[in-house]
Amino acid sequence: MSAFVQYLISGIAVGCGFALLAGGLVTIHRVTRVVNFAQGMFAVVGGMTAGSLLARGLPHGAAEAAAVAVTGAVGLAVGLAATGRRGTDARAALIVTLGVGFLAYAVEIMIWGDGPRSHEGIGGAVTLAGAHIQKQSFLVIGVTAAVFALLALFFGRTYLGKALSACASNPYAARAVGIDVVRMGLVAFALGGALGGIAGVLLVPLQPVSYDSDVLLITNGFAAAVLGGLDRPGVALAGALTLGVAEAMVAGYGEASYQTVVALGLMLAIMTWRASRRSALQEEAAR
Amino acid sequence: MTALLEIGSVGRAFGGVYAVRDVSMAVAEGETRAVIGPNGAGKSTLLNLVSGHLVPDHGTVVYGTGDGARRIDRLAPHARARLGIAVVFQAARLFRGMTALENVMVGAHARTRHGFLAATLRLPRHRREEAAIRADALAALDRVGLRDWAHRSAEALPLGQQRSLQVARALCARPRLLLLDEPASGLRAAEREALARLLEGLRGEGMTMVLVEHDVAFVARLADRVGVLDLGRLIAEGTPDEIRADPAVVSAYLGAEPTP
Repeated sequence: MSAFVQYLISGIAVGCGFALLAGGLVTIHRVTRVVNFAQGMFAVVGGMTAGSLLARGLPHGAAEAAAVAVTGAVGLAVGLAATGRRGTDARAALIVTLGVGFLAYAVEIMIWGDGPRSHEGIGGAVTLAGAHIQKQSFLVIGVTAAVFALLALFFGRTYLGKALSACASNPYAARAVGIDVVRMGLVAFALGGALGGIAGVLLVPLQPVSYDSDVLLITNGFAAAVLGGLDRPGVALAGALTLGVAEAMVAGYGEASYQTVVALGLMLAIMTWRASRRSALQEEAAR
Repeated sequence: MTALLEIGSVGRAFGGVYAVRDVSMAVAEGETRAVIGPNGAGKSTLLNLVSGHLVPDHGTVVYGTGDGARRIDRLAPHARARLGIAVVFQAARLFRGMTALENVMVGAHARTRHGFLAATLRLPRHRREEAAIRADALAALDRVGLRDWAHRSAEALPLGQQRSLQVARALCARPRLLLLDEPASGLRAAEREALARLLEGLRGEGMTMVLVEHDVAFVARLADRVGVLDLGRLIAEGTPDEIRADPAVVSAYLGAEPTP
């Protein structure tokens, strides 16, 4: 029983990390129709930057906030490279984000080396139903809940959120009603960068990251996001939590090395299922 | 009458073929101007040069009156929208996945000034602005007869009503210049009549409109002046009566549509 609770909570915490990543993917896709494959890189950069700043003596909170600001700026830069030119095709932009992600490997290795790195989160643990649970897990869950509440409020309830969604829905008409589509896309990329950064700074104390951890993160984040057609933050959150818990159970009761296989298998199943339905990607192609 | 829109010998070619060639036209404030011509005459291209969705190869587009007059031919569409230019497209360019009301509310974007922070935190200033825009959007829906559809999905509307929804979206921007691209095309007789009445009402309120249309009868009752395009050139300009009597216009139309 205690093992189950432990796997469940740590699974939810890791799932929240995937959810934050998926939230960034959804935010960027909703506004620009670009699938941002550099999203995992934001988390890696965020986690490592926070670690370096903490090592230089910056206090907790300030270091994490600064790291998130940095990834927001990195997100903006990726957005500029991928969509900055007016009229860039979303599929071409996707390839640019993939390229930027690989380019980032070189930069990350130059700055932080190629070994896994970690930093302290909020230390300590609590015992719940006989299970030993890190306090950091609860921080991840709390922050994710707050972030998704804000995202849902912003996209669902405010008309500025509607204006952002309008950019992807019909960019031609969006321009005609006074929306600067390129600028809104850059705002989405900066927001996506910040969300990736939040995921990074929160996850690193739970599991160390190295420069190529982005593959694992983007695989899980994309699997969660694609569940909601890359457009619905709520569905992505549910998907990410399912993935996180399923993987924690697989690792706990079975073999840890199978957990990525679970994510990939689930993603393939969802994509095959969605391919038979009218997805956002197909709508784009049909327009 | 002072001109609100002054098009100065604009030209735009696609692959070496001119769609619009040296067209000049001045539209006075409060005027309803129709632009007619056979298919492929360059009407929609001309409209896009004013809305900003196309940039002219040469020539100028000046918008505004008195000291406010400025060249807009290099401005992006969204910047022109912020100056008070609204468009109703021929194709149903709606925002999918949103209700009719939300579509119309987004139309007010050009005249809103708000920050992301204010919107997310739902600050009082933002809530007031949103409430005002919602009221405006409902009034615009009411005006085009779609009040009952407000909370339903926009893309589920029949084609004719999708056009009306676009008109409501454009009105919600409170434009100074309204551009309409073949608004009557594909509409049934009753829908055409309703649209004509709506446009007459706007004209009575002093709205400046440029109306691109294929149907001569439709524009004759609405337009103050009519410009006729053929093969990208402006071949005639005048009141509807003058245009109907113009031999060049008659031959352009007969040439484009051979009698059976």
